Amino acid sequence: MAVAAIETIDRVEDRFAQATQLQLTWWRFKRHKLALISLFVVALFYLIAIFADLLAFADPHATDAKRSYIPPQGIHFFDNGKFQPFIYGLKGVRDPKTFKLAYAPDPSRKLPVTFFAHGYAYNLFGVIPTDRHLLGFEGGQPIDGIFLLGTDQLGRDLYSRLMVATRISLFIGLAGVSLSLLLGVLLGGVSGLYGGWIDTLLQRLIEIVRSIPTIPLWMGLAAALPNTWSVTQVYFAITVIISLVGWTELARVVRGRFLALREEDFVIAAELAGASQLRIIFRHMLPSFASHVIAAVSLALPAMIVSETSLSYLGLGLRPPAISWGILLQDTQNVQVLAGAPWLLTAAIPVIMVILAFNFLGDGLRDAADPYG
Amino acid sequence: MLIYLARRFALALVTCVAISILTFIIIRLPPGDFVDAYIANLASSGSTVSAEQAQAMRHEYGLDRPVIVQYGLWMQRVVHGDFGVSMMWRRPVTEVIGDRLWLTMALSFAALFLTWTIALPIGIYSAVRQYSMGDYVATMLGFIGLAIPNFLLALILMYFGFRYFGLSVGGLFSAEYAQAAWSWDKAWDLLKHVPLPACVLALAGTAQLIRIMRANLLDELRKPYVVTARAKGLTERHVVLKYPLRAALNPFASSIAYLFPYLVSGSIIVSLVLGLPTVGPLLLQALVAQDMFLAGTIVLLLGIMTVIGTLVSDLLLMWIEPRIRLQGRA
Repeated sequence: MAVAAIETIDRVEDRFAQATQLQLTWWRFKRHKLALISLFVVALFYLIAIFADLLAFADPHATDAKRSYIPPQGIHFFDNGKFQPFIYGLKGVRDPKTFKLAYAPDPSRKLPVTFFAHGYAYNLFGVIPTDRHLLGFEGGQPIDGIFLLGTDQLGRDLYSRLMVATRISLFIGLAGVSLSLLLGVLLGGVSGLYGGWIDTLLQRLIEIVRSIPTIPLWMGLAAALPNTWSVTQVYFAITVIISLVGWTELARVVRGRFLALREEDFVIAAELAGASQLRIIFRHMLPSFASHVIAAVSLALPAMIVSETSLSYLGLGLRPPAISWGILLQDTQNVQVLAGAPWLLTAAIPVIMVILAFNFLGDGLRDAADPYG
Repeated sequence: MLIYLARRFALALVTCVAISILTFIIIRLPPGDFVDAYIANLASSGSTVSAEQAQAMRHEYGLDRPVIVQYGLWMQRVVHGDFGVSMMWRRPVTEVIGDRLWLTMALSFAALFLTWTIALPIGIYSAVRQYSMGDYVATMLGFIGLAIPNFLLALILMYFGFRYFGLSVGGLFSAEYAQAAWSWDKAWDLLKHVPLPACVLALAGTAQLIRIMRANLLDELRKPYVVTARAKGLTERHVVLKYPLRAALNPFASSIAYLFPYLVSGSIIVSLVLGLPTVGPLLLQALVAQDMFLAGTIVLLLGIMTVIGTLVSDLLLMWIEPRIRLQGRA
């Protein structure tokens, strides 16, 4: 019995001794349950971003004044105990007090929901032209539709818009973080590697950038973008603006790692063996701090997403017809409107979920980044 | 210590210059110059300006000179307190801004104060009672505080305030004081309105500080001198508060330099959501109307005030924390 226990310990130790760094990191990461769940949430969000058009029911740009502010309608899955998803058609009802026309479900008209139905045309992955959507419905009048999250003032389906907004908001975060990473690794690397006056200069620069209140500055820069610019140009300009501040934290992490690694035995050994500077950086140093950088990136991403959302919410970021979370939240600026159509606030849920998930993920990655510790 | 002081002041000065350059860029970025905008503005009200007059105006404002010279001229005027005229309001920019700048600063300082008073005890509690129910609750709240952008929090509060209490949560003054001159009653009224927006602003920073405080104190509590203190029979209260807490406060305190700009920044957008009479709504209006002198001045003054605020809190810190005083000497 005792022998068996010792053998088990030996086997476990062997397993750790023979594991690659990636395996060790993964084992450590798995222990952080919240981070693991967050990884799935983040993956799910990016899947939504990739298949946004497939998941959407209705053209996110199609306006229809008659559909203005339709409250959320559920999909019913069972019809008389049989699995047959359906939605109710809509009928106009006049409010007996205000005489306002509102739409309510009409239980007399059941419209069957179909899978991979035809809808508006789009390009899957940006290249394959198709008009298939995950869900659709058959028959019905022009007013009918699947309104899982209701509609906005212009009668656009909020759920479909939210799907498409996910794509833009998540990818602007990625683009911003990539740019910040480039700046951060470059400047942080130079700072940590060479030290001396360059290091002092860059450290002061970082201090200055961090002591400037960012939002007023962003607002000023974003508002100064010419009105004539196209949606794509504005998109890139906003990405550049939000990454101008995000790089400082990444530069700090990279510099710290370079400073720490410079003193490590294996780096000195490589130097003595005559390895070139580039080889030392890319072959010896980079692999051992890549995980730290990944952790810092996943902590920087939510800040980027919040920046874009805030700017767009103020009307200074992306401009319609672009759809992002911030633009969807613009509709909630007026409390009176919000009181009448509280479902507009659902656009805040994915924002909070993504930020939370990235924070937990970053937390777990940071713990796992140093699996020998 | 003097070296430390000098370094701080020099950095603050350089930061101010950097902010002024950025502000100048913001003012200059939109196509056309100030005179073009002024002429367009006059044209919309019916009067016209001849080409010679426009040329004369350009010359007077130095707009026909190189950019560097223009920056110098602009700085010269700014240093003398002449920030130009707001095109939207047709009044000097300083007059338009008025009290709003001070209210912004008051709000940010209130949020800073709140962040400290909340984060300190909760951080200590979380570290001393690690993995207790209270620790988990604090950690959870901390993460939620980090995850909800403050303008969304303000928005959600607005909605619930309106929906369930039928009141408007926004504003910094009651209706009867909004236009009144400053008096003790008005100041008291302000004091009653500040806590809610300050809480909204403080939440994210508090969450961060609780995490830092907890981690620092946990590190300190594991050190042998704590065991010694305990073995010698010191009361638990003494063991924690006398030494480890003071040691743990250092990094906690240095984060103030980044916290204050962050709070000022957040106050802009929270003010917009809650309709507070700070510079936030004014800045947005100015930017939308391309009233660049007003917008630029707000960005400039806000930046400089932030630098001064950070400097003041730095100096206070130096007074509290002897190690910083000694650092400068080394």
